Amino acid sequence: MSNIAKAFENGKAFIPFITCGDPDLETTAQCIVEMQKEGASIVELGIPFSDPTAEGPVIMEASLRALEGGCTTDKVFGMVKRLRTELGVTIPLVFMTYANVVFSYGIERFCQKASEYGIDGIILPDVPYEEKDEFDSVCRNYGVDFISLIAPTSHERISMVAGSASGFIYIVSSLGVTGVRSNITTDIPSLCAAVKAVTDVPCAIGFGISTPEQAAEMSKSADGVIVGSAIVKIVAQYGKDAPAHVGEYVRSMVSAIR
Amino acid sequence: MPDSKGRFGIHGGQYIPETLMNAVIELEEAYNHYKDDPEFNKELTELFNEYAGRPSNLYFAEKMTKDLGGARIYLKREDLNHTGSHKINNVLGQALLAKKMGKTRLIAETGAGQHGVATATAAALFGMECVVFMGKVDCERQALNVYRMKLLGAEVIPVTSGTATLKDAVSECMREWTTRIDDTHYCLGSVMGPHPFPTIVRDFQAVISRESKAQILEKEGRLPDYVLACCGGGSNAIGSFYNYIGDKEVNLIGCEAAGRGIDTFETAATLNTGKLGIFHGMKSYFCQDEYGQIAPVYSISAGLDYPGIGPEHAYLHDTGRAQYVAITDDEAVNAFEYLSRTEGIIPAIESAHAVAYAMKLAPTLDKDKIMIITISGRGDKDCAAIARYRGENINE
Repeated sequence: MSNIAKAFENGKAFIPFITCGDPDLETTAQCIVEMQKEGASIVELGIPFSDPTAEGPVIMEASLRALEGGCTTDKVFGMVKRLRTELGVTIPLVFMTYANVVFSYGIERFCQKASEYGIDGIILPDVPYEEKDEFDSVCRNYGVDFISLIAPTSHERISMVAGSASGFIYIVSSLGVTGVRSNITTDIPSLCAAVKAVTDVPCAIGFGISTPEQAAEMSKSADGVIVGSAIVKIVAQYGKDAPAHVGEYVRSMVSAIR
Repeated sequence: MPDSKGRFGIHGGQYIPETLMNAVIELEEAYNHYKDDPEFNKELTELFNEYAGRPSNLYFAEKMTKDLGGARIYLKREDLNHTGSHKINNVLGQALLAKKMGKTRLIAETGAGQHGVATATAAALFGMECVVFMGKVDCERQALNVYRMKLLGAEVIPVTSGTATLKDAVSECMREWTTRIDDTHYCLGSVMGPHPFPTIVRDFQAVISRESKAQILEKEGRLPDYVLACCGGGSNAIGSFYNYIGDKEVNLIGCEAAGRGIDTFETAATLNTGKLGIFHGMKSYFCQDEYGQIAPVYSISAGLDYPGIGPEHAYLHDTGRAQYVAITDDEAVNAFEYLSRTEGIIPAIESAHAVAYAMKLAPTLDKDKIMIITISGRGDKDCAAIARYRGENINE
């Protein structure tokens, strides 16, 4: 069983996302330490990309700030190494980035390094089922889970996508891009039920979730809840002082779903 | 080409969010159904001929030929189309397809504004809602086209993210499409993006070379030796090349925008400076840094100011079937002025990149060689920017 699968064994999983390097990698690392301390099950590490087409303005702007601050893929790997060797982070870590970041690094080289430094999974929102082999086949060789996404528009594709999923399944709650939403209109219980009918791989819901109430509601249908923009916003607001505030937020979300 | 997975060699594919997969599958199924449908093609041909003013002339540029003293030069006059560029060919095809699919809303990206104007025009004609995304920088350098789109009833949304140019307008369109799929067709303007767009756009633009081939055979009794077209994403270039790809004796030359030079960072010459990557739904060549971050490209031409190139061009480049050269701002502006003075034809600054290469190549060729240059659009939209480039401030 992969580390990711194990993370879903102790009740509902809370999966926070953070854009690496915003405002700097030291702050990112401290935020991740706080996330683990406050009960996060898995952390999604966003490697910034210049043109993140699946992101709303909050994460897009954070990515650009990180890149302007000099963040690179190699520096993110360096931070991961420190998290694992010096900062005592043991929960699963998953990279979330775009196909070109991995492709230009060399898929083989990227996965080899990810595995060596203790990354458990990779999420690439611009790599659908049809294109995943190129990445997934290499991930498998290195024991890294290639995470599949299912959207409200997936319909008859669900069994195909879920059937070959590993780690966990990322259920996209809404149409559109990432970002805080006051209202999620998708029929989440039906979508989750359709996924669960065809696979035992745990599923987590993301896109648009920000409040403990939303998280509690979503966790009735899914095995975990993913929150991105709400956390990136806190980091944008507090900068280098963000870790304590992020920790506090994670605590409130964890207690809402468990 | 392409294969069943939308690949041109290693290029192409469908690198898009899961949310959009069923939308592109639906589009592919609809296109496969209609592309050989006699009724659809009859309607499209009528639109081309009665509305867009096709076929476009293949004009013998006698003065230019004499002046350059080499190959016989013909101009394929896409600038004479309704709305002033080749963009209308693709847009009429896609709008008709969207209508058959039951879509009521078109969204489009635009660089120079020509594709936005064409889309707004088709939307007006078909009674569809239209939203055009245009980089804020481009809105400023192509203000006239922004006004035209609004006049035609479209909403124009200035895009401020990233470099606020064409690539950001494409990204914003993709974001918008994931938000609203049911009633909306993304009317992509070039031979790029996820499969089936590179194929659909190519097929609708192939009318350029279908016509030019018949026209040159009629005028000269043989095929041309050279076909030149400017190349950003590559829609007019692929349209100009497509029906000659099997005719190995015809040299195909795409003219990329070098901006201030391919040895500078201010360039948009993808095949001359880029490397293999994955972006905007496709695998192809892109201007990017060592970590795969997309480069903030530059060209005086808003329509060529794009960091990537369509996958079929990438394939033609790999196989050596087509050659891609880089033309600087300076060379393009000179050609813009040259064609205006010599033939009384003001070309779009995009098309002037092809004219500029012809000015270098034609004098080196024998007088019995034949060259076709596609004038992809007319240059009225560029006059203010070129005046500024020459240090003259005219009020638009």
